[in-house]
Amino acid sequence: MSKLYNVSASPHVRDKVTTKNIMQDVVIGLLPAVLAGIWVFKVPALLVLSTTCVTCILTEYFYERFMKKPITTSDYSALVTGLLLGMNLPSTIPLWIAMLGSVFAILVVKQLFGGLGQNFMNPALGARCFLLISFTGRMTSFTVDGVSQATPLALIKNADKTVAVTETLASNGVSLFDMFIGTTGGVIGETSAIAILIGAAYLFIKRIINWRIPIMYLGSFSIFVLLFGGYGLDGSYLLSQLLGGGLLLGAFFMATDYVTCPITPNGRIIYGLCLGVLTGIFRIFGGSAEGVSYAIIFCNLLVPLIEKITIPKPFGYVKMKNKK
Amino acid sequence: MRGATFRGGAHPFEGKEMSKDLPIEKIFPEGDLVFPLSQHIGAPADPIVQKGDTVLVGQTIAKAGGFVSTNICSSVSGIVKAVEPRLTASGAKLSSIVIENDKQYTTIEGFGSERDYTKLSKEQIRDIIKEAGIVGMGGAGFPTHVKLTPKDDAAIDYVLVNGAECEPYLTSDYRMMLECPESIVGGLQVMLSLFPNAKGIICIEDNKPEAISILEERVRGVDRIQVKVLKTKYPQGAERQLIYAATKRKINSTMLPADAGCVVNNIDTVISIYNAVCKCIPLIRRIVTVTGDGANKPRNFQVPTGMSYKEVLEQAGGCTEDTIKIVSGGPMMGMALFDLNVPVMKTSSALLCMTKDEVAEFEPSACIRCGRCVSVCPSKLIPQKMMEYAESFDTEAFQAIHGMECYECGSCTYVCPAKRRLTQSFKQTRRSILDSRRK
Repeated sequence: MSKLYNVSASPHVRDKVTTKNIMQDVVIGLLPAVLAGIWVFKVPALLVLSTTCVTCILTEYFYERFMKKPITTSDYSALVTGLLLGMNLPSTIPLWIAMLGSVFAILVVKQLFGGLGQNFMNPALGARCFLLISFTGRMTSFTVDGVSQATPLALIKNADKTVAVTETLASNGVSLFDMFIGTTGGVIGETSAIAILIGAAYLFIKRIINWRIPIMYLGSFSIFVLLFGGYGLDGSYLLSQLLGGGLLLGAFFMATDYVTCPITPNGRIIYGLCLGVLTGIFRIFGGSAEGVSYAIIFCNLLVPLIEKITIPKPFGYVKMKNKK
Repeated sequence: MRGATFRGGAHPFEGKEMSKDLPIEKIFPEGDLVFPLSQHIGAPADPIVQKGDTVLVGQTIAKAGGFVSTNICSSVSGIVKAVEPRLTASGAKLSSIVIENDKQYTTIEGFGSERDYTKLSKEQIRDIIKEAGIVGMGGAGFPTHVKLTPKDDAAIDYVLVNGAECEPYLTSDYRMMLECPESIVGGLQVMLSLFPNAKGIICIEDNKPEAISILEERVRGVDRIQVKVLKTKYPQGAERQLIYAATKRKINSTMLPADAGCVVNNIDTVISIYNAVCKCIPLIRRIVTVTGDGANKPRNFQVPTGMSYKEVLEQAGGCTEDTIKIVSGGPMMGMALFDLNVPVMKTSSALLCMTKDEVAEFEPSACIRCGRCVSVCPSKLIPQKMMEYAESFDTEAFQAIHGMECYECGSCTYVCPAKRRLTQSFKQTRRSILDSRRK
């Protein structure tokens, strides 16, 4: 035969979806929250976001170039890390800190552990926690419209528990509606609940994320704060806890990070439960009003253990056990 | 109507439009015919003809080499040219009987004569099926008489006819459902006569509405037989998934369908049973779909077994210049051919000419642990972890996470966004584990 045909083991067809498509969808899912952040925090937010995105991509490029590895910047994963890190920084952060965080995220958390898919911790959150510990003051000062503001969660945490939550917020000029649309103090990407929910809806529709982690996370967290928050069954307290801080951003975009969450279906449920409880503990009993980032990176470390105990029973397995 | 189904599975491009409306045409071979002695699971058949012998259409040329084995019959009349190793679709050289076709198609005595199965005993029916060399024509090639001989006939509750045809592009079973529904019902009735307590269910995916209505029409008023509509999804036609969808019973890799009170047979197998028992025609032909973007003219052919793929493709009008991969079978589980000079066997189903090789096109990249492989796996495995262990040759860990339950359907590999070659690795690992168990 004159012509040589290709030979390979089956299957011979592939789905159209690629890693790049998925990452693009995540970027699209993040856009509403990014735009809301720029709308609330104006030019400084744009500068921070551009800095982290560019630095992340360049760090990945130069590291891979230097290590003579294939260049993977075109798969958008560095861009996702850059966006997430930028969204987790206050708009007032000096740009050199944003750059330092980006290098840390890509170089230390991602590349040194083997690059895409090998990092055991979410790079953006790893970097955020690194910056939070190193530059606590600068990482926790927030300015809205030129006025420095405490985050709604910090207001609630330091308030007298006999005063209703809405009153505490109102006396500081914040309402639940503000928290919903995002005109409150906080990091760039976390303040606008509505924008995050729109982006999350997109990811649900595109089937990039599934209900297990976010719903279990938000559900277990809600139960935890109702039990231990000190306000009893107070709807507006629960709402302020859900809308405030990085919870929604974390639950939909960072806890669901493929690389650092369990791959087993039941593992994802357990993971979500752990996240909810830990976030509750950190927020209510911890020194800071925030707890999402620490809860997620702590649970990232539990992933191998969770996976180990949640390997599903294969199809038909139970029947075999019952049969003697 | 919502079809019954299983959890998981993928939705590859169906591609059945190309050949689904083309009636089956009979073709005849010009060149020599090659009959590998091992076209089935189990012991190879023992040749009973020698070089120089004259054989007739339907004549047994090799006898079953054990209980789990079956006969091979000639599809043409002519002279035995040789008994020698020949290349087959799997890439292995198998001992084969080569017959020179005299183009007379002289048949053996009694070939094609009517026979009333109700006058036959169960043993006679099973013997006829064994003599006719019938095997599972869905792809595995398990000898049918073995399937039809469970420990206890009364314990069989269901006889399932697998008309799912979930492999993309294939339309051979579909055409048979449209063109010979009476043989399907007849074959099923023969099987039901073996199992007093069984109900016959013809299972068809819901992307074949014409076949469903024709068969529903045909079984109306027929005792103990019904048509069941299944959801269109790959791998709906896999034995374990089919049994589950039709009966909600589950079996695993260590069990046979009979353990769940089921007997499963492919459409073409059922027709072959009917032909063998009621028409005295052994299994000497196969329906082959010639299709794919590279096929000049897609066709559904009735091909005598032993005919070379090369001739089949030539008679179909050949393939285009830009054909880059030719697959025997469907795109999900078929075998890529490097040489078309291989014979059509009892388990062949299609000749797929592809102008795009998506395997070569995409280089595998790093796993991002997205979990798509987990959500599609019909056996509820964790392909991502199996791959980790397969790559590090950790066969024990591979087995500990139930890697041997994999039947290589390819769904995980199909959906993988990183284009990782999961099934390919699992095949190797599973072979090496099976080999080491044998030692």
